Amino acid sequence: MPLYYDDDQTMLADTASAFMAEEGSIKNQLRHWRDRNCKDGFGHALWKQFAEMGFTGMLVDEDDGGLGMGQVEANIVLEEIGRNLTPSPFLSSSVLAATALKHGSNDVKGRWLPDLLSGDKVYGVAIDEGRKHRPERIACKAEKSGNGFKLSGKKDFVVYGASSEMIVVAARTSGSDDDADGVTLFAVPQDASGMSHDSVRLVDSSMASHITFDGVELDGDAVIGEVDGGRDVLNAMLVAGRVGSAAEGVGVARGAMDMTVDYIKQRKQFGKIIGEFQALQHRASHLYSEVEIARAVTVKAAQLVDGGSEKADLMASVAKAKVAKVAGLAVREGVQMHGGIGMTDEYDIGLYMKRDRALQEFLGDQYYHAGRVAEMSGY
Amino acid sequence: MSDSDLEAFRAETRAWLEANCPPEMREPVRDEDDIYWGGRKATFKNDAQKAWFEVCRDKGYTVPAWPKEYGGAGLSPAEAKVLRQEMAAIGARPPLSSFGIWMLGPALLHFGTEGQKQRFLNEIARGEIRWCQGYSEPGSGSDLVSLQTFGEDKGDHWVVNGQKIWTSYADKADWIFCLVRTDKDNKYQGITFMLYDMASEGVSTKPILLISGSSPFCETFFDDVKVPKSYGEDIPAQVGEVNRGWDVAKYLLGHEREMISGADGGNTGTIGAALTRANGEIDPVLRAELAQFDVDALAYGAMGEKFLDEIKVGKAHPAQPNMMKYAGTELNKRRHELIMAAGGSHALEWESEETSGGKPSRNWLRTKANSIEGGTSEVMLNVISKRILDLPGA
Ligand SMILES: Cc1cc2nc3c(=O)[nH]c(=O)nc-3n(C[C@H](O)[C@H](O)[C@H](O)COP(=O)(O)OP(=O)(O)OC[C@H]3O[C@@H](n4cnc5c(N)ncnc54)[C@H](O)[C@@H]3O)c2cc1C
Ligand SMILES: Cc1cc2nc3c(=O)[nH]c(=O)nc-3n(C[C@H](O)[C@H](O)[C@H](O)COP(=O)(O)OP(=O)(O)OC[C@H]3O[C@@H](n4cnc5c(N)ncnc54)[C@H](O)[C@@H]3O)c2cc1C
Repeated sequence: MPLYYDDDQTMLADTASAFMAEEGSIKNQLRHWRDRNCKDGFGHALWKQFAEMGFTGMLVDEDDGGLGMGQVEANIVLEEIGRNLTPSPFLSSSVLAATALKHGSNDVKGRWLPDLLSGDKVYGVAIDEGRKHRPERIACKAEKSGNGFKLSGKKDFVVYGASSEMIVVAARTSGSDDDADGVTLFAVPQDASGMSHDSVRLVDSSMASHITFDGVELDGDAVIGEVDGGRDVLNAMLVAGRVGSAAEGVGVARGAMDMTVDYIKQRKQFGKIIGEFQALQHRASHLYSEVEIARAVTVKAAQLVDGGSEKADLMASVAKAKVAKVAGLAVREGVQMHGGIGMTDEYDIGLYMKRDRALQEFLGDQYYHAGRVAEMSGY
Repeated sequence: MSDSDLEAFRAETRAWLEANCPPEMREPVRDEDDIYWGGRKATFKNDAQKAWFEVCRDKGYTVPAWPKEYGGAGLSPAEAKVLRQEMAAIGARPPLSSFGIWMLGPALLHFGTEGQKQRFLNEIARGEIRWCQGYSEPGSGSDLVSLQTFGEDKGDHWVVNGQKIWTSYADKADWIFCLVRTDKDNKYQGITFMLYDMASEGVSTKPILLISGSSPFCETFFDDVKVPKSYGEDIPAQVGEVNRGWDVAKYLLGHEREMISGADGGNTGTIGAALTRANGEIDPVLRAELAQFDVDALAYGAMGEKFLDEIKVGKAHPAQPNMMKYAGTELNKRRHELIMAAGGSHALEWESEETSGGKPSRNWLRTKANSIEGGTSEVMLNVISKRILDLPGA
């Protein structure tokens, strides 16, 4: 498969780009909700529009009412989300939770998919249990109890957790905390008794929860996939989420870079447009090269995911690590090249820096993923 | 071409390579004489090298994507990619390396007359003439259009005087493609792209020793060199029009940059696993750097693939080769810094047998030229600023 978009994908990119720049713009969404201190951190009306565009069900099979598209297509939307810093549960709900539900029984799908597709509800995922992403270790426990399970433990960094009608929880049903096997995924409804959220606003003004499960009782039909055999589904979710967050990061990097290049074409100092100074030109050109490379490897990783390739896992980590590095460079150069004005809240460039910081931590930072690349390569 | 045709071509290619590529030609290139450059003065290192070259030449596989009438195999871009992949899969060496293939050939395909194509492309494909590139001068490196070598119009010939520098393999080359000023009043439109024989009277070369200890490049002097204006019917000595050689030169530089970038696989391999295996216990901080390098190399590999895919269908920005060259050569320099660090004191050996004659250190030094030859990294960044980012005054 060539590493560029085919005609349908190009059309989707044009549509998503126009939609997000208009409806999902920083002014209309991020600033709007932030300035109102919105407890959700995103707008439900926009989310309904996502559903009308078909975005919510991109990764849901056609038989289940979705569009049956792939990671490449989801990434196209995510890149535009990143570019416009559009707050939305797309990544957690329509990529991560949807990937988990793909592996659910018909009952599970029947219960949760319709509301996901219609945009009436959003879902979250609870994987991490500490301040860094370490999904190899799952300590949160689900013990057999009657026909179902009793869930206890803690989860961290559940994005839009408090707004999620259902949360996909990775819990341990057997073995010890560091075992690969013995993990089971559960669809935990928002109103489950014994589940409590400590919801906090993050640096990028999105919301996330620390969740405590205190003997939460779950029916047997809350299980997604096989009991004790959830690791494969979890891995599929992680790969989709990592490649997706890489795409969003590419969008953040491009957004910050474009804004900065525009700025240095306007701003005058020392009687010259500052974009004429080679000291800035070379850094901008270096940044451009890096962003192009980060974008290429993200498209590559998405294609490998869609092709079911063995290399998808490796390239997902390569993409995540590369993008994190490059988007970090883009936002730092962005603020610096804006000078004093880049430090002001009024200017958008700082918002990119904040979003990048949150995105870096989500599903593993560059160090974690570079480490995985080394391990998968055998050193 | 349908996927099944392409798969049939793959199977056929695999069988052909299996039957025709000698085992010795599937070993990594170790020394300069493992590379066959062709030309009048060429000799083969061994029978395997000769056999591999000849069988490829006869099949058009020295230049697989060139049309058959010019010595190629007329492969489509997709077929050429399959051949590249299959050759890479068995580690096959290139049967012929040459500036004719990488640089002059593409320029002739684009700008040459039919007569020039018939003659020169066939000679290149058959490895008969070895070419060198006469661009740089002592006073004209990055600012190439300031070149001073002058060709005086004498009716049916020019008389060329001047000096070139950094002419790689000038002492081994048969012919030169050379930038010559033919109009002193016009900076850009006063340069002619000329082809002539290095055996012409008045041409002399003097090798320059590199920091890597070898001396592939030369100072080249032209002292009243007589260059005929034509080599036969429809075979002018210049490519493109007289005084319009800059367009040809720029086009060729695009190809040169693409080649040096290593986008087609040269600079994309990872090193962490091999270096840790070969060198035993490695400092954790170095291991972390190796991992970061491997991330960058794999990412660059994807970029190379995308770039080649886009070039084929005309989707790449015309200045994209500059970006590829910049990123690819900086990456390659980093690769060799890490090889030296992992190799420790052994990598310092300049001549030992164990290090194949000091290969790590010599390669490390040689790669420093990657971000200089074919245009420096700084010049690449200038071009990106100007042509892609459209920054003012760049
Ligand atoms: C938190 C904060 C507190 C401050 N407090 C004070 C204060 O108390 N009093 C006060 O007077 N000022 C204050 N300043 C202003 C500060 O001194 C200016 O922001 C600073 O001098 C840069 O000027 P500028 O913001 O106009 O950026 P610009 O001059 O517009 O620069 C924009 C970018 O272009 C680059 N650039 C500009 N010229 C060149 C060149 N010739 N070559 C290469 N690059 C160039 C800059 O390095 C920068 O990256 C403060 C700024 C901040 C952020
Ligand atoms: C191994 C090797 C093989 C070569 N083979 C050939 C060959 O076969 N034929 C041939 O014709 N040439 C060849 N060259 C020459 C090569 O193309 C030149 O060295 C190159 O173009 C740089 O020119 P220069 O060496 O004169 O450096 P200079 O142009 O003097 O540059 C010196 C430094 O100044 C920087 N600089 C210059 N201008 C600018 C600017 N505008 N902005 C910012 N920085 C700038 C450069 O980036 C560099 O760091 C070869 C060079 C090497 C190293």
